[in-house]
Amino acid sequence: MSDRKRSKSKDQGEEQHDEQAEAAVDREADVEALDDLLDEIDEVLEENAEEFVKNYVQKGGQ
Amino acid sequence: MAIHKVLGTETEYGIVVRGDPGFNPAVASSLVVNSYPGDRVKVQWSYEEESPGRDARGFGHDTYGLIDPEGAVVNSVLANGARLYVDHAHPEYSSPESYDPLEAALYDKAGEKVMQAAAAVASEISGKQVSLYKNNSDGKGNSYGAHENYLLARETPFGEVIRYAMTFLVTRQIFTGAGKVGRENDRPEVDYQITQRADFFEEEVGLETTLKRPIINTRDEPHGDPSRYRRLHVIIGDANLSDVQIFLKLGTTALLLAALEDGALPDPLDLFDPVEACWQVSHDASLRRPIELDGGGSATALDLQGRYLEWLSKYVEKELDEPVWNQVISEWERTLSLLDSEPEKLADTLDWVAKRRLLQGYVERDGLEWSNPKLRALDLQYHDVDPAKGLHNRLTARGSMRTLFSEDEIIAAESTPPEKTRAYFRGRCVTKFAGSLVAANWDSLVFDVGESHLKRVPMMEPLRGDAERVGGLLDEAEDAADLLRRLGG
Repeated sequence: MSDRKRSKSKDQGEEQHDEQAEAAVDREADVEALDDLLDEIDEVLEENAEEFVKNYVQKGGQ
Repeated sequence: MAIHKVLGTETEYGIVVRGDPGFNPAVASSLVVNSYPGDRVKVQWSYEEESPGRDARGFGHDTYGLIDPEGAVVNSVLANGARLYVDHAHPEYSSPESYDPLEAALYDKAGEKVMQAAAAVASEISGKQVSLYKNNSDGKGNSYGAHENYLLARETPFGEVIRYAMTFLVTRQIFTGAGKVGRENDRPEVDYQITQRADFFEEEVGLETTLKRPIINTRDEPHGDPSRYRRLHVIIGDANLSDVQIFLKLGTTALLLAALEDGALPDPLDLFDPVEACWQVSHDASLRRPIELDGGGSATALDLQGRYLEWLSKYVEKELDEPVWNQVISEWERTLSLLDSEPEKLADTLDWVAKRRLLQGYVERDGLEWSNPKLRALDLQYHDVDPAKGLHNRLTARGSMRTLFSEDEIIAAESTPPEKTRAYFRGRCVTKFAGSLVAANWDSLVFDVGESHLKRVPMMEPLRGDAERVGGLLDEAEDAADLLRRLGG
């Protein structure tokens, strides 16, 4: 909220610039977090994906 | 005034025995249910009170004696009032009757803990790793259910339920989906879709739950006084891991039904073809596809949900005081608004968005095609209940999911019943009088107190048997015979 209030006092161009910069930082943080997450998941992933998927059969459900 | 929306969920878990692709799922499920180490009583589930073949439209048939005997073999009632049993080829957890959608979401999550504990012991006993999955499809055309139950007044005309709930249930998929790679059941090809279940719905209205699944299920089995109650058995939802999503799914649906009973809804918007719309909504992760309306025109699922939100916000403002309903409305508003503008921001609350983020990450990092088995494996693994292997659990552990309940609250709900429904009486009896409890059902308990006849305690009112009414009596009773005397039996 305080960020939004602060940017209200600035002129339109500057505000847009700020928002774009913030969005870029957000995206970068997202990508970093996701890379990190995928690295973590790599460690626990099913070793033989094809075999695991093939054997996953579930009959008799509602 | 609408009757109180007592509610609960039933979840069939997927099961795999590692290193044994030819395992018998009914046997493995029995092992899992028998292995549960928490407080529980193995009981005869008294089927004479159940009638899944009765149709809400009035033309039912009986299925007495036709129920798969395997389903009746292993049955437990847990200390939290839930039922843990084998339903054909799956272990199933049916949550205790809950007082509101927040509590119902908590007890749904407690079911994951039950399954985690049961799978761990089953693995130890069998010497093979038994894995359980809270999902609804094997990706090969086999689906298994996650059902919701809502208490309705008997006088609510079922035709009205069909009219109002049809469009709602089809369009709510945009926030109830758990996400799935690919399609099944001869639906058109798609890389990734919003729900696990949509491909399997083939009828608008019907009694079936295992084939030709209907959007509105007409099973008329109130599990309570049939002259006063109905139970709406909703079979079109996905099993969710995100607690916010479980809450949203149950809360919005309960609200719709309450408003319907209060006559607070304007004329519904009917879909031209609900069955087609069902998979069309699920296959459109862009959320922009218009759906044909009956009588001409079209609207997106998001638009239609927006209408329901508008109606039900007014209803809550006018009629409902409990804060939980405002919480439903604000979560719903946030969800629809972000689905419209920045759906990726819902990766912290919606399973289908969270899963898509992971899969998309792999597609981009490793240059995978959507048909790559690795993505299907990731899809399945998202739902593994194991805390270390399950990808949803990993996301939660690293703080990537917004949650409603702490780990401690969920663990506590595994062994303590809800306080404001009859589940309280059931759960407390499991803890205190386990040795005398021989049979159970949603609306009765049967005790053996060493006399010539078994004693049955009927519980036809879902809101009685609560802590306020029977807490003191349960505290004071020395044994089951004493309890029955105090109850006036």
